[in-house]
Amino acid sequence: MSFRLRVNPIACEAHALCVELLPELIRLDDWGYPILEQPEVPSELLGLADRAVEACPTLALILEEEPD
Amino acid sequence: MSLAEHQRVHGELPHRDPHELIEAVEASGLRGRGGADFPTARKLRAVGGSRRVSAVVVNGSETEPASAKDRLLLTRLPHLVLDGAVLAAQAVGASEVILQLGTGAASAPGALEAALAARDRDPVPVSLAAAPEGYVAGEESAVIHHLNGGVGLPTFVPPRPFQKGFRGRPTLIQNPETLAQVALVARFGERWYRELGTSADPGSALVTISGAVAAPGVYELAFGTSMIALLEAAGGATERLRAFLVGGYFGTWVQAERALELVLAREDLRSVGCSLGSGVLIALGESSCGLHESARVIDYLSRQSAQQCGPCTFGLRAIADSIAAIASGVAHPQETERVKRWASEIRGRGACHHPDGATRFILSALDVFAEEVAEHRRQRCRARPAGLPVGGPVAEEPVVGRRR
Repeated sequence: MSFRLRVNPIACEAHALCVELLPELIRLDDWGYPILEQPEVPSELLGLADRAVEACPTLALILEEEPD
Repeated sequence: MSLAEHQRVHGELPHRDPHELIEAVEASGLRGRGGADFPTARKLRAVGGSRRVSAVVVNGSETEPASAKDRLLLTRLPHLVLDGAVLAAQAVGASEVILQLGTGAASAPGALEAALAARDRDPVPVSLAAAPEGYVAGEESAVIHHLNGGVGLPTFVPPRPFQKGFRGRPTLIQNPETLAQVALVARFGERWYRELGTSADPGSALVTISGAVAAPGVYELAFGTSMIALLEAAGGATERLRAFLVGGYFGTWVQAERALELVLAREDLRSVGCSLGSGVLIALGESSCGLHESARVIDYLSRQSAQQCGPCTFGLRAIADSIAAIASGVAHPQETERVKRWASEIRGRGACHHPDGATRFILSALDVFAEEVAEHRRQRCRARPAGLPVGGPVAEEPVVGRRR
C-alpha cells in the first residue's frame, strides 16, 4: 500500500496548518495556499501526514490509500 | 431539419443491440468532441458497466466564446444529436435523456421543443434544460451540479459524473457532436466512419474557424486535412497571418508559418504542444497584436474563474494583471518570469481544469509573442483590435501595443 495526499481546493481556505505540520511535503504559494511538492507520502512521514490531515480546519487535506 | 427530412436524409433510427453499438463505436475510433478527446467507447463502457444509470446528458453548454458548432448542430440537425443520445441511453441503460442547452442554442428553444414534440417513438423520455452562463458552467461536474439543483459550478472530483452524477447515480455526459457521430456510426457502421480521416484519427470533425479569414464559420473537415486546406475552405486569409490559436481559450498559440505546416491530426498537433480541443481555430492577422489579444482573453478567463479555489481565483487574477502590465509596456523586464512561475504553480491545483487551460493559453502567448513583449517595452503599438470574443462588446478604442 502507498499513500498520497490530496487537497480539495474548493474546501481549502489557506489556514496553512498543513505546512506547519508537514513542511517536508507541502509549501505555500504566494497567496498562502498549499502546494503538494510530492503527493506520495513516504512511510516515515505517515504519522505527520495523519496529524496534518486531522489539523485541517476545513477537512481539505485528504490522505488516500492506493493499492500498489 | 425536420424529423421527416432528417429521416429521408439519414434513414430511420436503427435498432442496435447495446453491446453491438459500443463495439461499433469502439471500432470507429470515435473520441469525445467536447475538448477532452476521450475515447467514446471507453466512456460508454464505464457508464454502461454500472447499475441504475440515471441519464444521458447532452452537454450543449458550449461556453467557449469562439465555438459555434454545437449550437449549429442543435439548431440545424437536432434529430441527429437526439438519435445519438437515445442510442447511447439504450447502450448504457439510462432511463432518460436531458438536453442541456447553452445560451447560444437556447436562443432557439422553440425549434428544439418542436423537434422533441415530433419524436414520439423514443424509448426513453427526452427533456430540455438550460445551462447557466459562464465559461466553467460547461465543465461536466458543473453541468451535473446544476441539474441536481445546485449552482452551475464545478465540484471536487472524484466522484466523476460517470460514477455519481445526475440524481447521485452514474451518468453519461457527452458533447452534441460526439452523439451526432454515434448516430451516424449506428446507421452506417464503423467502416463508413473510417472512410474519412487517418487510421490514427478516423472520421471528421466540426471546426469553428474565425479571425482573419474571408468566410469564418463552422466547417466539417476530415482528420488529416492540412491547415492550408482548412484555411482555403474558410475563404483564405484576409491579410498576412501572424499566428493561429488552436483549440480555443484553453488552447495554444502557434506561429502562422508553423501552423500552416500542420495537419488536423492528434499526433501532428501534439508535436507543437496543442490539441484540437473542441475544434476552435482563430487566425490572427499581422495588423493585430497577439499580446494585446491574449491580455484581453486572460483577463476574461480570470474573471470566468468560479472563484471556488484559491490558486485559480488569486493566481489567474495575478497573471492577468501582470500580462496587462506587460502589454501596456510598464512591466519590469522580469515580469514574464514571474508569470511563468505562477502558471507552473497553479496548474493542476483547481477542482476543474480552468487554471490548467488558462495557463497553457498564456504560456503559449508569451512564447509565440515574445517579440511583441519586447517591442511593447520600447514603444506604443497601434495594432487593430482583432476582437477575440470575450463575452462582451468588442472594444473599439485604440489599443496599446505594437505594429502600425
